[in-house]
Amino acid sequence: MTDTDRVRHRDTKTAFYLFTQQKLPACKPVLTPAWVITIFLFTGFIFIPLGLVTLRASRSVIEIVERYDTECVPEPFRIDKVSYIQDDSIPKNCSLFLKVHKYMKAPIYIYYQLDNYYQNHRRYVKSRSDQQLLNGQKYQATSSCQPVEFNNARPIVPCGLIAWSLFNDTFTFIRERAELKVNRKNIAWKSDRDHKFGKNVYPSNFQNGTLIGGGKLNPRIPLSDQEDLIVWMRTSALPSFRKLYGRIEEDLDADDVVLVQLMNNYNTYSFGGKKKLVLSTSSWLGGKNDFFGLACVFVGSSSLILAIVFMLLHLKFQR
Amino acid sequence: MARGRIRARLRRSHLYTFSCLRPSAAEEGPHSIEGPGYSRIVHCNQPLMHNKKPFKYRSNYISTTKYNFVTFLPKALYEQFHRVANLYFLGTAIISVTPLSPFSAVSMIAPLAFVVGLSMAKEALEDWRRFMQDMKVNTRKVKVHKEDGIFGNKTWQKVQVGDVVKVEKDQFFPADLLLLSSSYEDGICYVETMNLDGETNLKVKRALEVTLSLDEDEAFKNFTGTITCEDPNPSLYTFVGNFEYDRQVYALDPSQILLRDSKLRNTTFVYGIAIFAGHDSKVMQNATKSPSKRSRIERKMDYIIYVLFSLLLMISLISSIGFAVKTKFYMPDWWYLQPQHTDDYYNPEKPVLSGVSHLVTALVLYGYLIPISLYVSIEVVKVLQASFINQDIQMYDEETGNPAQARTSNLNEELGQVDTILSDKTGTLTCNQMDFLKCSIAGTAYGVCSSEVELAAAQQMAIDLEDQDAERSTGSRQKGKQQEIELETVVTSRDEKDHKSPIKGFSFEDSRIMKGNWLREPNADVIMLFFRILAICHTAIPELNEETGSYTYEAESPDEGAFLVAAREFGFEFFKRTQSGVFVRERYSVAGQPIDREFKILNMLEFTSKRKRMTVIVRDEDGQILLLCKGADSIIFDRLSKNGRLYEEDTNKHLNEYGEAGLRTLALAYRKLEESEYSAWNNEFQKAKTSIGADRETLLENVAEMMERDLILIGATAVEDKLQKGVPQCIDKLAQAGLKIWVLTGDKMETAINIGYACSLLRQGMKQICITANSSDAKEVVKENILMQITNASQMIKLENDPHAAFALIIDGKTLAYALEDDMKQQFLGLAVDCASVICCRVSPKQKALVTRLVKEGTGKTTLAIGDGANDVGMIQEADIGVGISGVEGMQAVMASDFSVAQFRFLERLLVVHGHWCYKRIAQMVCYFFYKNIAFGLTLFYFEAFTGFSGQSVYDDWYMLLFNVVLTSLPVISLGVFEQDVSSEVCLQFPALYQQGPRNLFFDWYRILGWMGNGLYSSLIIFFLNIIIFYDQAFRSGGQTADMAALGTTMFTCIIWALNCQIALTMSHFTWIQHLFIWGSIGTWYLFLFVYGMLSPTISGNAYQILVEALAPAPIYWSATLLVTVACNLPYMAHICFQRCFHPMDHHIIQEIKYYKKDVEDQRMWSRERSKARQKTKIGFTARVDAKIRQLRGKLQRKHTSLEMHSPVTPS
Repeated sequence: MTDTDRVRHRDTKTAFYLFTQQKLPACKPVLTPAWVITIFLFTGFIFIPLGLVTLRASRSVIEIVERYDTECVPEPFRIDKVSYIQDDSIPKNCSLFLKVHKYMKAPIYIYYQLDNYYQNHRRYVKSRSDQQLLNGQKYQATSSCQPVEFNNARPIVPCGLIAWSLFNDTFTFIRERAELKVNRKNIAWKSDRDHKFGKNVYPSNFQNGTLIGGGKLNPRIPLSDQEDLIVWMRTSALPSFRKLYGRIEEDLDADDVVLVQLMNNYNTYSFGGKKKLVLSTSSWLGGKNDFFGLACVFVGSSSLILAIVFMLLHLKFQR
Repeated sequence: MARGRIRARLRRSHLYTFSCLRPSAAEEGPHSIEGPGYSRIVHCNQPLMHNKKPFKYRSNYISTTKYNFVTFLPKALYEQFHRVANLYFLGTAIISVTPLSPFSAVSMIAPLAFVVGLSMAKEALEDWRRFMQDMKVNTRKVKVHKEDGIFGNKTWQKVQVGDVVKVEKDQFFPADLLLLSSSYEDGICYVETMNLDGETNLKVKRALEVTLSLDEDEAFKNFTGTITCEDPNPSLYTFVGNFEYDRQVYALDPSQILLRDSKLRNTTFVYGIAIFAGHDSKVMQNATKSPSKRSRIERKMDYIIYVLFSLLLMISLISSIGFAVKTKFYMPDWWYLQPQHTDDYYNPEKPVLSGVSHLVTALVLYGYLIPISLYVSIEVVKVLQASFINQDIQMYDEETGNPAQARTSNLNEELGQVDTILSDKTGTLTCNQMDFLKCSIAGTAYGVCSSEVELAAAQQMAIDLEDQDAERSTGSRQKGKQQEIELETVVTSRDEKDHKSPIKGFSFEDSRIMKGNWLREPNADVIMLFFRILAICHTAIPELNEETGSYTYEAESPDEGAFLVAAREFGFEFFKRTQSGVFVRERYSVAGQPIDREFKILNMLEFTSKRKRMTVIVRDEDGQILLLCKGADSIIFDRLSKNGRLYEEDTNKHLNEYGEAGLRTLALAYRKLEESEYSAWNNEFQKAKTSIGADRETLLENVAEMMERDLILIGATAVEDKLQKGVPQCIDKLAQAGLKIWVLTGDKMETAINIGYACSLLRQGMKQICITANSSDAKEVVKENILMQITNASQMIKLENDPHAAFALIIDGKTLAYALEDDMKQQFLGLAVDCASVICCRVSPKQKALVTRLVKEGTGKTTLAIGDGANDVGMIQEADIGVGISGVEGMQAVMASDFSVAQFRFLERLLVVHGHWCYKRIAQMVCYFFYKNIAFGLTLFYFEAFTGFSGQSVYDDWYMLLFNVVLTSLPVISLGVFEQDVSSEVCLQFPALYQQGPRNLFFDWYRILGWMGNGLYSSLIIFFLNIIIFYDQAFRSGGQTADMAALGTTMFTCIIWALNCQIALTMSHFTWIQHLFIWGSIGTWYLFLFVYGMLSPTISGNAYQILVEALAPAPIYWSATLLVTVACNLPYMAHICFQRCFHPMDHHIIQEIKYYKKDVEDQRMWSRERSKARQKTKIGFTARVDAKIRQLRGKLQRKHTSLEMHSPVTPS
């Protein structure tokens, strides 16, 4: 470097100069063997405990799953379940006995689970109007709701396929002849209730057409309080999904037998979908989710193995 | 003006014997000009005649722009949608306004408009620059005859065919002109054609006899004439036409034509008539449309795009078939979709139609596989890279104030992959300035200054010795050798402190003969003769500089100028030339008084490239006739008399030394003539001169030959063709970087070879393969001969055992013309590639381009052409990268170039630092882009399989829009702009690192597919881990299950994390900018999610408050992010760790050395690495020094063995 260069260098050692000359101070991490081993060990030591802790949490969750779609169709109708479910004249009530294997601490969450039900189909997902849900009939442009937009030239509230196909099986739970208290409030997200579904929007002209889909709504309750609908309107990501039905706010002891009286209204027979009833407790992590813990343990141990392999290789082929 | 008049009395044509051969009008009638190709008629001095057809020719306005105001939009748009990817995006944008689109229209159109708009703006800017450049040329002023003998200034663009133009000294000719008269009485003028053919010698042009009287402004008052000539054509060296004047027709030939873009030199003014204007002129006809160049990486990127397209098409097909099947067989059962009320799109009755329309949707949906932002990002990155190149202070030339300039930013990364450099010589490697440096008189060498080559070699040697000392600090056995080398170093580096003499053209220093001291030398009379030859034997004219009172010289070649300056400094000042004599003022004479001496010039046989010598016959004041001759050593040595060889051996030794030092040499000799002998010869000579016929020239030459024999050698001169600053060092570094350097020059073979030595492209001990052709033979014979030479040479190279043997190929233009023919070029190329250096001399601009094309297409490697003149334009355009030297007068080379630098030496930094960086940056960036889009795009496809292939995306539209534009773009741009594997200093210290580019280690299919595989793996991990974790179970302690929005958002969070961590692993250089961009992108994602969740639910839909309410409180959301991120990057991490530790690449090792600060602590290791890095170099100083060391080592070995043999064997 010549003197003039040095002078210029001193004069212009500003950040901008360094930037234009691509000489900004930089950290240049190099993956040296020590670093590599440390990083892999560290990863291992993070993930294995994490996996074990989550696995423990998952194992603490008690879950009862009962499939009822076939059993709740009386023997004579089992040949043609579709016409059974579509025939309004036949009573749809049905009873199930659930045996509790282990002590379940309240709150016990009640889910219904549907299989092979494409709530994520594009035609289905698009068929709703958030504007109408919030503003009711004041909002006219509901073309997105097709084909469930109008009935008898009057707008349907709530419109769209999702609302029209509302799940309408109902469950009551009896233990030792006493009905278990099921809390069906607060099952939907609070923000949905407060801001997405209008407080002054009442169902109207709903399920009035020739084609009846799923459940009906009480036209005197505003949408913001129709929590079943709100839950249902949160379309699931996969064709097999659970949705929250309510909470049992009493503990269940081991060997308790719970009688479930249900109205088997919802048609999953035409497309061969399963219906299941799920009772589950929860942990800090959520539901029963062994996979997550196992995955963590797997990643952690692979990382440990890598660290060891690397260490051995490094000792053997030291440069 | 007065000076011009005085000089005009000189009839300079008398000086010349050969070059001003004029066939008189009587000898040869006018050309018979008829038929097609000769239709042009120019009415001289009547430009009005050319205002309408059929004489309306093109105006002198030139335009090299690609577009104009009207054509810009359609043309530029066409160019843009020429790219396959852009066409695809246009298609998707059109679809996006139909209901088939899975996304909103804005999210498809906006990015496209941005991309296309940006590229078009760039095009417009570049074209604007071209326009401004044209305007600069078009508005140059020139004097044009208006009327009644009055000349006025006109801009170039207004000059019309038929105009009489007056061009003054050192101006360019505005159009192709017919020379009418000049300031010299006999109508000759000197023209510099460097811009046309790169030749530095001035050319002499001569007007017709009849127009000589037109040498004043008034003379044009009533001047008219008609020129009939050939139509515009690109041939620079031919012209056929007739000039009708005063009812007489005269034939015109190229010696009356002054070409546009050449320059008037040594002549005060000329008058000429514009014949071809603007685009009709020969130089413009030679100009080819500059081709739009694309880099290798970009071309390969197209293939990758095709691969991705096929992938896209494939998954779209799968998806649409799946959809058709689902629609036909399953959808009728899905009552909740009301299949009975559907439009065509979901109609189970028409599954084929649904399938086809879904194919369109799918093509749009999976469009994320094709990175639209890749093009924008690359454009942005390249513009920024280019601005770094422009701003690099170390490529800024303080003398001319020119920075390096990336004129097109398309080729930045190509700079890192160059394999062969084709360089012009004059103005590129050399300054075209000669310095008188040494001489050998009477067998004694004078001149102590070292040439640049010697200096640089000495420095290099000193450095190398240090290195080697460090290396073998233990062994003392080689002490003897070391001493020998040290000796050498002392000898050559003695003058390192040398201060440049202030006189231009003269760097001589030796007190023995300076300041009149030569009088005391033993051979004073020979020395005097030597200086006299310098002062007399030339064709220059002295010019008194009024300010300093000293004389400057206008010489035909810079060599000659240097000789005259030298003679002046030695005390033999040439100060006057008359018609018949040369006057020299001798400052130091025996008498002690300055004496003016006159030497009568009897004959002058001037220099031609064929004769390679120049002779004057003079009569001195004592009446003694002397023949003074200077010429190429081989020519002179052949013509020495028996008693004239007294100093031959010593002189020859000196000549070799000078040659090795990279100097241009000439030998000087004289002969005393007897009066009778001379007059006999002169009679014959005059006869030959006046003879008529085709063999006149041969006759003259033969007569001249008769006289130029029995010479007495007195010495030799050594002139340094001044290399541009830092050229040898730069070539050395480039050679170490593994680049091949070819020199293509219009100059003579000797000059070219000298420069080869000067730049260390050639060295002693290198086997020179000279391929020459004997032009007199028939074409077939010549070709066969050349082919044989080529085959023999190839054979020789093949049979060479010595691994250090280096070959140099030297070929001249004539031979090259044959060698470049289709049936021979492969053999020629094969030979050339085997040679360490290639020098082509006397090549035409066309041949330069052809050679470039041959190398480019024959080897398939990247070529870089560098040059400064218009004669290099062809090769600059032909090469993969064209570099122009800026700061010289003509801008043609720069205009045609892709990069311009002020000096050749900046090429080193441009290639080794910027090229290396840009290549790696772009390569890594493109790879990462494909990785990123595959990782993201495939998750969309997997999700399709779970939605009955209905075309639903799991992510919110806004996430998708932001993905490419905001969330992942800045880190990858920072990778492309700021990444440095090693610092610039290290790049320069280890030029061998550059080889990573030409070997394409970072963008081969192995690596690209590796990255794609990594993308596939990441997509699988991201999608399936998330799906399994979230599909049915509650993800909150409150029992809520995940809906599509929650799952999509979590998945997207994982993608953002995984991709950004991946890029952090890819980078090796983090400034705050990278940190900000990478971690900022992740932060921006959360910030966006938060803000988006705050918006009204009618905008955000299901994403309303998703972060605050649903995800953030869920531990599994965070831990799943962590898990997926680590799982995605673990294999890559393991891969790079293992690679670095067990198969490290060059830059890994250097990084590690730097990291451990080994370069500071362990100098030895550092220098060992450095010398290891330049092992295979065969050209450049380093190789030269290595060869020298090998040679010395060999000598030493022999000495040792002989010593051992002679010494008595002592029993142990």
